Amino acid sequence: MSNAREAVLGRLRTNGSIQMGRSIPPQVDYSSLGLNEKRELFTQRLQAAHAEVHHLQDGDWVNWINRELPQRGVSCLLAGGVPAEELEQRVVSTIKLQRYQQPIESWKEELFSQVDASVTSTEGGIASTGTVVVWPTPQEPRLVSLVPSIHVALVDSERLHDTFEQMVNDDRWAERMPTNALLISGPSKTADIQQVIAYGVHGPKQLIVLLLG
Amino acid sequence: MSATNQSKAFQSRIGEALGNQQAHTNFRSAMNMLMENRLKQFPDQEELLHKRQRADAIRAHALRNLPTLLEKLEQKLVENGIQVHWAENGEEANALIHQLLSQAGARSVVKGKSMVSEEIDLNHYMEERGIKVLESDLGEFILQLAGETPSHIVMPAIHKSKQDIAELIHKHYPEHPYSEDVDTLTQQARQILRDKFCHADAGISGVNFMVAETGTLCLVENEGNGRMSTTVPPIHIAVTGIEKVVESLSDVPPLLELLTKSATGQPITAYFNMITRPRQRGEMDGPQEVHLVLLDNGRSHIRRDEELLDTLRCIRCGSCINHCPVYVQVGGHAYGTVYPGPIGSVLEPMRQGLDKIGALTSACSLCGACGQVCPVQIPLPKLINRLRAEAVTQQVETQGVKGQGSLRKLLEVWTWKGWRLIFGSGLRYRLFKLLATRLRRLTPPKMGGWSRYRTIAKPASRSLDEMAAKAGFDHE
Repeated sequence: MSNAREAVLGRLRTNGSIQMGRSIPPQVDYSSLGLNEKRELFTQRLQAAHAEVHHLQDGDWVNWINRELPQRGVSCLLAGGVPAEELEQRVVSTIKLQRYQQPIESWKEELFSQVDASVTSTEGGIASTGTVVVWPTPQEPRLVSLVPSIHVALVDSERLHDTFEQMVNDDRWAERMPTNALLISGPSKTADIQQVIAYGVHGPKQLIVLLLG
Repeated sequence: MSATNQSKAFQSRIGEALGNQQAHTNFRSAMNMLMENRLKQFPDQEELLHKRQRADAIRAHALRNLPTLLEKLEQKLVENGIQVHWAENGEEANALIHQLLSQAGARSVVKGKSMVSEEIDLNHYMEERGIKVLESDLGEFILQLAGETPSHIVMPAIHKSKQDIAELIHKHYPEHPYSEDVDTLTQQARQILRDKFCHADAGISGVNFMVAETGTLCLVENEGNGRMSTTVPPIHIAVTGIEKVVESLSDVPPLLELLTKSATGQPITAYFNMITRPRQRGEMDGPQEVHLVLLDNGRSHIRRDEELLDTLRCIRCGSCINHCPVYVQVGGHAYGTVYPGPIGSVLEPMRQGLDKIGALTSACSLCGACGQVCPVQIPLPKLINRLRAEAVTQQVETQGVKGQGSLRKLLEVWTWKGWRLIFGSGLRYRLFKLLATRLRRLTPPKMGGWSRYRTIAKPASRSLDEMAAKAGFDHE
């Protein structure tokens, strides 16, 4: 309906409204946070949103998975990319490591019914909102952080930002937007039944953030 | 609908709403909670004001440059592989979406929460043509089972009790045992809907912000159904109003912050989903096709008016609704429109015409709360007042809102003329006072709607200045 396009744009152009340069007040310069403050705020905000946060040394996260996930009944763990490589070497035998190497169409049912948990790497985190930033890739596709009931996200402390605005500007997102960028700030939740908060309505029931370094 | 009929219909919906004690209690407690939560997010009033000014400027800038930004957005989206369609009105948007679904051979569709899809009544259009569109937001899913419409734009099923919801789910899905436990109900919905996400042929969603700079569609949600609907099915169709565009990616964070804090008092929602491309070569999931339907439906007309233009800044947070003393009494259904509350009382008459739904503007005490909390500083009380004036104006102009003058009533006009006459001259005013006090026994015992629930006060036997003079006060 290209005539709708012309008609709409035509009306918008001829209505005499003035085009002006940007006159948007700049962000007030709130004091920037030190690394420890960022870690603290990030953790506190995520916990307030019902997520779990654990501070670990860089190489320790596979041990954490080996120790904790079997206790939570995880027997099939989905991962790709660098996390999968590290897991491949060291994951305990009670956990089956599931890779995502086929297009979704060929194993949709299996993904929805048989995978208990997932691990993904992240682009970093945002302290002020308690947010994990995920940019899915061919190795770590979009549904890894959505379909399994438990999502474990690995966040490098060095990549914590104060605010979303800072992250977008400092990391030059506009020049390199991925197919899909995600801000994840807690497990899936709803308050649609009498305003009572319930977790795990469609996405993960648990979000576990392993803050490394 | 004639002026009297539309007012009568509105009043009868209000009467019905006031009679529903359960819904009333739900609204009161929900709005109290939403207001409290919002307040906790904004401890510093000065900082809040600065943030609102900034968000206002970002949206105003986008609207001033709307045609340029829409073209830039379209160009970017096409470069990114997202197909763009334009629709003049709801009928065209539905026809476009239906055509896309038919081409894809889609029979079952999952939809994320979208007020624009309510605006164009998408579900009915598709259902009449044999395509089942399933609402996947929990609140909307519940309402679809009940065959009802949302009563709030952010919390659509706020009028329903958990008992209502338990009965609905058990009735439609008897394989799930009856339960009034919120967690159990939520898990039942999870099971029902996961199966649908897994097998859907297409996903439909709204959009919260569109970024012209990068060609990105942004969606705000807590449940994950939006991510499911836009990621699992092979085709994703987004539908939204032309006003949702912003210029640059750095415009998004300040708006997102105010949106979630104002709407539900959350620092951020569980998910913020930014979609820039369909599935690329080598990627394992995401839809192969992404479409965006840009809907006008009166928006370009609204933009012509320097004052009404302000309403297009709206980011649909619902904060004006949460703070409205009228909404909290009557709830969303009494308005009988897609958008209720203060923003609805302005948007709906502009969309449908004052002759159809102008009576909504009477559901306001001009207390000003909505204007005070609006994150993009829309002067709602001023606009409601303006529409009230247009509804009773004698001079109908081509500019402005459809159905001008349709609520003009001769009795009202003559009453006001009479008052002006009396107050316009000292002599007439004194004469009026004399008659009103001395002939006070002739005060009519009934005065239309005013005396239905109130006793009519009789004037005193002497006017105030007569009594003051008698008590020795100076006349001036």
